[in-house]
Amino acid sequence: MTAAVIEARGLVKRYGAFVAVDDISFDIREGECFGVLGPNGAGKTTIIRMITATSPLTSGQLSVAGIDVTRAPREVKSILGVVPQEDNLDPDLPVRKNLEVYARYFGLSKAAVRQRIDEALELFQLDDRSGSNVDDLSGGMKRRLTIARALVSDPKILILDEPTTGLDPQARHLVWQQLRLLRARGVTMLLTTHYMEEATHLCDRLVIMHRGKILTEGRPHDLIAEVAGPQVLELRLPAAERDALLAEFPQSDGISVEQVEDLTYIYGGGDASLRAAEQVGDPHRAHVRPGNMEDVFLLLTGRGILD
Amino acid sequence: MTVAQLSPDVSSGAYRVWQRNRDATLRNWPTEFLGIAVEPFAIILALGLALGRFVELESGEEYVQFLAPGLLALFPMFAATFECAWGSYVRLEMQGTYQSIIATPISVDDVITGEILWGTTRALVNGTYILIVALILNPWLHMIESPWAVLVVPVGVLPGLLFSSIAISFAAIARAMSHFAYFFTLVINPMFWFGGAFFPFDELPRWVQIIGFFVPLKHVVDIYRGLINGELEWSMLGSLAWLAVVTVGFYAVAIALMRRRLIQ
Repeated sequence: MTAAVIEARGLVKRYGAFVAVDDISFDIREGECFGVLGPNGAGKTTIIRMITATSPLTSGQLSVAGIDVTRAPREVKSILGVVPQEDNLDPDLPVRKNLEVYARYFGLSKAAVRQRIDEALELFQLDDRSGSNVDDLSGGMKRRLTIARALVSDPKILILDEPTTGLDPQARHLVWQQLRLLRARGVTMLLTTHYMEEATHLCDRLVIMHRGKILTEGRPHDLIAEVAGPQVLELRLPAAERDALLAEFPQSDGISVEQVEDLTYIYGGGDASLRAAEQVGDPHRAHVRPGNMEDVFLLLTGRGILD
Repeated sequence: MTVAQLSPDVSSGAYRVWQRNRDATLRNWPTEFLGIAVEPFAIILALGLALGRFVELESGEEYVQFLAPGLLALFPMFAATFECAWGSYVRLEMQGTYQSIIATPISVDDVITGEILWGTTRALVNGTYILIVALILNPWLHMIESPWAVLVVPVGVLPGLLFSSIAISFAAIARAMSHFAYFFTLVINPMFWFGGAFFPFDELPRWVQIIGFFVPLKHVVDIYRGLINGELEWSMLGSLAWLAVVTVGFYAVAIALMRRRLIQ
């Protein structure tokens, strides 16, 4: 097992009476992509702000590469590459100059980072825009430039706070592809997202957060298999018809039912699920599909009608 | 709060922030410097010469001569103030520039120090330019009477730091662009008119003089007037000390307020 590059023990962040992060512990290992998955307000960004030393810990311990974040924030920040949730590229500087000036914040000269900037611009398909104004770039290009910017200091850990929020599907897939490429190169990554699909796609391991707490931790596919099971029956039926159908299911602890708006999900139904779908005979109103991360989240946050 | 938390955590990062502002400004230099270039001529013409024809001073000097130290103090004050009020607020709130910088090894204190140093640089560039304009026009207008006037440039560092610190302190508590109306209406504009630049303070009632003691610009104008006229007085050292103390105070305020705003 490889050593942990980020170690968090009992992290707590309080704003007055509000507890944003509630006693959280986790380890991020060298070379892995670690995901923090959760809805808005779960505490994801607060964790990132704690790691980047811009939000003091109320209590707990947090170290990056063995360095205590509270004691030596400059040292910690010098080995991080941060991609914030909101683009904060420098609109007063053109594309390439953005990267040069950012490298200078790390004490790196223009000559020292020339090659790295060339590579980053090429990797993120921005090499033909190096003289452009930042404000003239599309949303996807700005995101890619923000990620490229985080790489100019050759960071030990890349921190990505919702890297694809607000992007259209094409732009999102392009960013995913580039992040997978970085992961393959062995870059350690911490990624927050509220897109379940993104977490499944990119993360080796993840935690699911809800209201400041970690609900579970594991590998995406293990979590799906354990929590949601191999198949899910999805129903879109009037209440009476639905209840009649559910009554035919065997009474078993392994079956759980979740209701989200007009959709009903049945987990762990096995053959009974297949039979029910066949019985309704209309895939728009009843169908069986593989479980996914969204199901895991739904089951763990427990919005079920059976509760 | 410990001593370590109270003393500013400043490194070479402050210089990198200064470099960032220099690079951004030089990129737009025609727009940045057009105003600076034209303004002193306008005010020398309008106030110094046109209005000055109707003004008779007890000292016997021409009004444009009386106005010279005021010009050298006012324009740099505005240069520093605009940079560290609106400029800093835009970088803080609209562009997220500060947030992007403090995610690197640079501290909040570095950012604020770099911003104040840049505001001071702009004040110095501005003051030096006006001094040069005054020297070029000197054969006709006789605004500069003593070689001591050259000290206006190094002495100008102090008001540069002070007005930058005051302005960025306000930027740190402003919640909207419109809030700067308070700052300019209640602080900067009264200082502009009543800072001793446009009329002699000496003959005004005693209570006005007491208020004048608390106006930073008044001390700057007094020092510059002595340097330009070559009439050096001990009170100028007192004014320098007053400015130094208030500068340190506002620097501390700026850092404390900006830490509170950025580190939560």
